Amino acid sequence: GQQANSLHTRAAGSVSGLHIFHKEGDHEDLAPQLVPLDYTTCPDVKVPYELIGSMPELKDNPFRQRIAQVFSEDGDGHMTLDNFLDMFSVMSEMAPRDLKAYYAFKIYDFNNDDYICAWDLEQTVTKLTRGELSAEEVSLVCEKVLDEADGDHDGRLSLEDFQNMILRAPDFLSTFHIRI
Amino acid sequence: MSESSGSALQPGRPSRQPAVHPENLSLDSSCFSSPPVNFLQELPSYRSIARRRTTVHSRDKQSGTLLKPTDSYSSQLEDRIAENLSSHSLRNYALNISEKRRLRDIQETQMKYLSEWDQWKRYSSKSWKRFLEKAREMTTHLELWREDIRSIEGKFGTGIQSYFSFLRFLVLLNLVIFLIIFMLVLLPVLLTKYKITNSSFVLIPFKDMDKQCTVYPVSSSGLIYFYSYIIDLLSGTGFLEETSLFYGHYTIDEVKFQNFTYDLPLAYLLSTIASLALSLLWIVKRSVEGFKINLIRSEEHFQSYCNKIFAGWDFCITNRSMADLKHSSLRYELRADLEEERMRQKIAERTSEETIRIYSLRLFLNCIVLAVLGACFYAIYVATVFSQEHMKKEIDKMVFGENLFILYLPSIVITLANFITPMIFAKIIRYEDYSPGFEIRLTILRCVFMRLATICVLVFTLGSKITSCDDDTCDLCGYNQKLYPCWETQVGQEMYKLMIFDFIIILAVTLFVDFPRKLLVTYCSSCKLIQCWGQQEFAIPDNVLGIVYGQTICWIGAFFSPLLPAIATLKFIIIFYVKEWSLLYTRRPSPRPFRASNSNFFFLLVLLIGLCLAIIPLTISISRIPSSKACGPFTNFNTTWEVIPKTVSTFPSSLQSFIHGVTSEAFAVPFFMIICLIMFYFIALAGAHKRVVIQLREQLSLVRKHSSRGSWLGTFTQDTARKVLFSWEGVKLLQPSLTTTSPKLCLEAQPRPASLIH
Repeated sequence: GQQANSLHTRAAGSVSGLHIFHKEGDHEDLAPQLVPLDYTTCPDVKVPYELIGSMPELKDNPFRQRIAQVFSEDGDGHMTLDNFLDMFSVMSEMAPRDLKAYYAFKIYDFNNDDYICAWDLEQTVTKLTRGELSAEEVSLVCEKVLDEADGDHDGRLSLEDFQNMILRAPDFLSTFHIRI
Repeated sequence: MSESSGSALQPGRPSRQPAVHPENLSLDSSCFSSPPVNFLQELPSYRSIARRRTTVHSRDKQSGTLLKPTDSYSSQLEDRIAENLSSHSLRNYALNISEKRRLRDIQETQMKYLSEWDQWKRYSSKSWKRFLEKAREMTTHLELWREDIRSIEGKFGTGIQSYFSFLRFLVLLNLVIFLIIFMLVLLPVLLTKYKITNSSFVLIPFKDMDKQCTVYPVSSSGLIYFYSYIIDLLSGTGFLEETSLFYGHYTIDEVKFQNFTYDLPLAYLLSTIASLALSLLWIVKRSVEGFKINLIRSEEHFQSYCNKIFAGWDFCITNRSMADLKHSSLRYELRADLEEERMRQKIAERTSEETIRIYSLRLFLNCIVLAVLGACFYAIYVATVFSQEHMKKEIDKMVFGENLFILYLPSIVITLANFITPMIFAKIIRYEDYSPGFEIRLTILRCVFMRLATICVLVFTLGSKITSCDDDTCDLCGYNQKLYPCWETQVGQEMYKLMIFDFIIILAVTLFVDFPRKLLVTYCSSCKLIQCWGQQEFAIPDNVLGIVYGQTICWIGAFFSPLLPAIATLKFIIIFYVKEWSLLYTRRPSPRPFRASNSNFFFLLVLLIGLCLAIIPLTISISRIPSSKACGPFTNFNTTWEVIPKTVSTFPSSLQSFIHGVTSEAFAVPFFMIICLIMFYFIALAGAHKRVVIQLREQLSLVRKHSSRGSWLGTFTQDTARKVLFSWEGVKLLQPSLTTTSPKLCLEAQPRPASLIH
């Protein structure tokens, strides 16, 4: 597909300095009847989650619902243009590791309690393997993950634990990105 | 979208529970993994900053505490950014777009208060950054086959994509090697031959040499069967032997241009040395990146589960079948890891009897492996000797097929050996009872050794044939000039044959095995046997060994056949398209993934082994075996290497004595000892760093234990805070390592000791 690495946002009406990482055209294509062609008056349009979740870049992603929830205004999955841009900005190739780690933490925190607890991990593993691992295997894996990454031994991963772990995960940058 | 949206400000709100760790940003490093100490928010300075804020935001709903960078996090962040007028890109901060816009506006308004000079500095640094980015973007468009490799990555994953990137790297490497050879050797020859410049060849006859050594029988030109042209094309004999493809064509001692004479023998030798040196440097540079990652991985081997769970899903996947594949590969990997864990426990519980039994079994099986290798090497030796002896007989008396068979016998034997031995090794290793990961690595290591050692055996067999004679005829010229009047060309021909045969085999396997198999599987779905056989997977290690084998042949052959790198470039280009085509149409992706992060390093390591193995026969033939007197640029020297001392002796005497000093033992031995000392120092340094990291990690968990028990505030009084703040300089020295491991000690970038002490 296309890949433009800088965007001069029309919505802001000014074309200076603020680089964002990708192309905005996709937002219009998703829902042409919802999104007006002229953004200079910055209308407040929200694209419903169903459309976001059926985008080709996201439709096969097991975490698409969480991604939409994390980047949306109200946490319900319905996104405005700015949320949309944010999402692709963070998920693009050029976003720095720490930015991605921050948002990845939010995505994997299913119950939004600012910690990745054992239940969150179970949800993640189940989504990753589509429920084909046995319960015992899932709990073994979660136990292993907590053993490896839980620095303060409180049975859940805080943001620092997660970030420290990501520093040592060499694949993270190459897998945690969406190409459009 | 209102411009003023941003974080809600609630100055009166008490500091948040440890549930939210708002992140503090040390602006001179772009990591913000260090939350400030909570009590700092209680301090009046923070409150007054909060009160000073001019824009008030309205935010209707707040869902989740961490879903939006709300409250203290972004307000602190925005304070820092706005007040520092930092020129760091706003992009890197974890704020949403509306907040970034607001900050940018603040920055721009504040810019008006700067002096002209500062404004211009800021503007120029921004435009320079923008220019660099554009330039980087432009250069990525110049990459060869970018779109193809991207689409392969999307459909088959990063493991297979790394194979194709590796292939592209080899194409570029061979192209550059050919350019070096072209500039140094081919260009003067072509310019003179086609009378483009006013230059001429100079042939200096060697004075005291036996005339017999210079005899070079030209192949009989008479009635030639048509098929002998095909044989010549495939084996480099006949009409190809005298072309610029082989060493024998360059029987030139000097090229005399108008203003200077060009020393062709020296240029020929230097082109080989330069191409090998360039290959080494380029491979090492590329592998340094992978090595660093590998070092981290090997140290943190215990983090394999986290890597799979949090960095395992490839967000680039846009294809249903690819997604299914990824799910099954993740499942397979997790199960394999759990299996390995079980294996480790089993090994720990082994009794001493069982251990002795296992080790003796392993010893026995390794002996079998060595025996298999020995048998293959012997077979190659016999095949080479047979082929060489029969090539000398009357070729046109033989039948076409038999002729070709004898010419290609060594290549055929090598290919068969490389086909059979991996299967034997795979069977054997199952009895050796290793953990799955180690099994794979050991099998690959054995196959690598097998592949690359076969070429060495071939070359050494040739070498021994060249330097051995029945009676004392070798003493005349130093080599067997009756059978090999121009032995470099013969060696070049062998390498040429190996390369052509390798290429033919790859094409043949793709066309005659892959495609029919795919057709059978697609259309004969009723036949159970065929379904069991199934569609093939793309076996990455085998394919990588194949192209490393081709590249090793190219390196060895480049000296004896200057056009060989160009042929290798074309061959790899065609192989790229053939493999891509075969991958897209006949293969299904393997559920067993090959991790991209260490596969690049693995490929380059194998390539490096190939390069080292290629250098050995080259050095021996350049420095030990006398160069042939009947052909080639080195007819006037005893060995090829001799051209260098002769050139050095033409330098001015001071330079000569300097060079003699540098290459003497009096210099080499102390130099070697100093290098060893430096290496020892770096190893000790690395060990010390490792120990520091372990200590800091322990400190970190200790600090966290304190904080989670809530006794942090109690133990860390204001006095201590003052001490820490005033020893900011000391902390700053440790900051690079502390920032990532000890967040509590990484304080704000702009400490304000005065305000914080009340």
